[in-house]
Amino acid sequence: MAFAHTIGGTRYVFDDLKTLLARATPDRSGDRLAGVAAAIAEERVAARMALADVPLSTFLTEHVVPYETDEVTRLIADTHDADAFAPVASLTVGEFRDWLLAHETTGTKLAALAPGLTPEMAAAVSKLMRNQDLIAVARKINVVTRFNNTIGLPGRLSVRLQPNHPTDDLKGIAASIVDGLLYGSGDAVIGINPATDNVATVTQLLGMLDALRQRWDVPTQSCVLAHVTTTLTVMEAGAPVDLVFQSVAGSEAANKSFGIDLSVLHEAHEAALSLKRGALGDNVMYFETGQGSALSANAHHGVDQQTMDCRAYAVARAFKPLLVNTVVGFIGPEYLFDGKQIVRAGLEDHFCGKLLGLPMGVDVCYTNHAEADSDDMDNLLTLLGVAGCTYVMGVPGADDVMLSYQSTSFHDALYVREAMGLKPAPEFEAWLLRMGLMDGTGRMRTKLEGTGARALLNFDGFP
Amino acid sequence: MSGDDEWSALRAFTPARLAQGRAGNALPTSRLLEFQLAHARARDAVWAPFDPAKIASDLAGFESIAVETNAANRHAYLMNPSLGRTLPPASASKLTRGPYDAVLVIADGLSPSAIHAHGAALANIVLSRAPHRWAPAIIVTNGRVAIGDEIAAALGASLAVVMIGERPGLSAADSIGLYLTFAPKPGISTDADRNCISNVRPEGLPLADAAHRLAWLMDRAIAMQQSGVALKEAAESPTLPARADSR
Repeated sequence: MAFAHTIGGTRYVFDDLKTLLARATPDRSGDRLAGVAAAIAEERVAARMALADVPLSTFLTEHVVPYETDEVTRLIADTHDADAFAPVASLTVGEFRDWLLAHETTGTKLAALAPGLTPEMAAAVSKLMRNQDLIAVARKINVVTRFNNTIGLPGRLSVRLQPNHPTDDLKGIAASIVDGLLYGSGDAVIGINPATDNVATVTQLLGMLDALRQRWDVPTQSCVLAHVTTTLTVMEAGAPVDLVFQSVAGSEAANKSFGIDLSVLHEAHEAALSLKRGALGDNVMYFETGQGSALSANAHHGVDQQTMDCRAYAVARAFKPLLVNTVVGFIGPEYLFDGKQIVRAGLEDHFCGKLLGLPMGVDVCYTNHAEADSDDMDNLLTLLGVAGCTYVMGVPGADDVMLSYQSTSFHDALYVREAMGLKPAPEFEAWLLRMGLMDGTGRMRTKLEGTGARALLNFDGFP
Repeated sequence: MSGDDEWSALRAFTPARLAQGRAGNALPTSRLLEFQLAHARARDAVWAPFDPAKIASDLAGFESIAVETNAANRHAYLMNPSLGRTLPPASASKLTRGPYDAVLVIADGLSPSAIHAHGAALANIVLSRAPHRWAPAIIVTNGRVAIGDEIAAALGASLAVVMIGERPGLSAADSIGLYLTFAPKPGISTDADRNCISNVRPEGLPLADAAHRLAWLMDRAIAMQQSGVALKEAAESPTLPARADSR
């Protein structure tokens, strides 16, 4: 089905829905690289005007990636909840934007709507929204998940403690964990990206993480971000796996390039559930996504990168995850050129993830070949604080010495929590107070005298 | 000025930026400026103008040919990686087929500074150690790893060794990566077909150690008539000999 819009004497025609979406999307290098971006600025606005008039119901019949050949499309279509969709079923995309922003549309209504929305609907409306719209709607939505603590409550901002080490050295990783805990980070998860993804290394790291967490009785969860097949193997061997991690993308072909499909995710989900390790809940999955991953696998099907990332959220939500985050600036300038594009993409991903019912966090980050720096990260972090982001990353000094990119630091997390009046997850906050690491005003102590920090620092006996 | 945190002893265990201290919630000024310096060096490394003539003159008597990819400038190179994987006719015509086993491709990659710092020294070790029939070294401006596929195919060499500046991190802007591909096929070979030795720099994997590991991989690739995943498994087994003349 073709779409068109006339501006002045020029009639802009868009051959199909995916082309319309791509032309309407805010400018970014990855869509230019894919050859799907609007040629000129006026075409972009023409596409938005045409998109605003498209009924949401069109998205239920016109798929951007073929149903017959793509299991992600089948997942989206086959699990669509028509009852949940009913309140917005008669709206166009433009009317849907107005509906989302209306005062009457509460967080409760948005939560009920989530199963009725497809990723493409979320992507479409986001293309008509300014940054402030993405923030205003996202902040209405609270997605609460539980494992050993409670993530996503109003007034809370959690932090993934990311203690990576270039050679997976156990003491090096433990040292970074202690530093992070002393800064109040780690309530989302203590999650290690292993430098070496093999069974022996992952088993060793999991053992160390579990020993630390149990020894100090920290109300959080641990994760080694290995490939899902590695995690399956170590679970079978009895390793202490809290969360199963996997990077996911928005098409079957892109997921295949990651070495996964829906069936292996199901298998891992079931295996993790069967361990029954969560003290408070059974959200056992952790997913990462990022705009551009489908194109880099040459598996984007001519769809713009933001819409493809939304489709990855459909994969994620099928498994009731504890945590989902976009790694927004990791992929490089050929996908997101500069700070402006990274900030916009971060807000889009956060909004769309929340709208689709996910506990959405953001790895606010950049690489050294992108036109971005710490100031851009400060901007995005602050905006996400306003937007009610579920969690961000905590990396020592913002410098990941294993993955060689810059994310947000323990310091950054303190800044945004204080600037926005946000607290850690309640169980974790209580632990920080019990250990004396946090003072009565909610600030992290800088002096260790008289606190429980000595126990943390004495980690010679670690496995 | 604020100082480090009390637990700065933890730094002994990791290169991560631990216990940096606080001014309010923020980094103390000295730590803030340290970070900015590291980022500035990384940015400068990405954008450093590549000097292939200097590399050529620092090669110890080894012949070389300088080429450029279809990435006409640094901006195009960063925005469209595929341009850095192919040669324009003017460069392709400089390559003629010969009786070669291997070719060393020296590419600026994402850190021309890394190649300026250690490229020629590493090339001299590599070219003098391994007893192969080496083609002239090919020095590439605005190159990506896969440029080695087209170059090796044009020269008729069965082994492509690409020495390339790695994306600079904050801790090091001068790391070199070595990528080995057996019987590379332009446009078809992928990362799964290659073996990589990364973090090659004096403070990381020393040059001589890297050259030693490369020589071993090259021998194995010839023996197995392949590179990539199968060879990676062999390389991770305990049969990899320790270097006797390390450093």
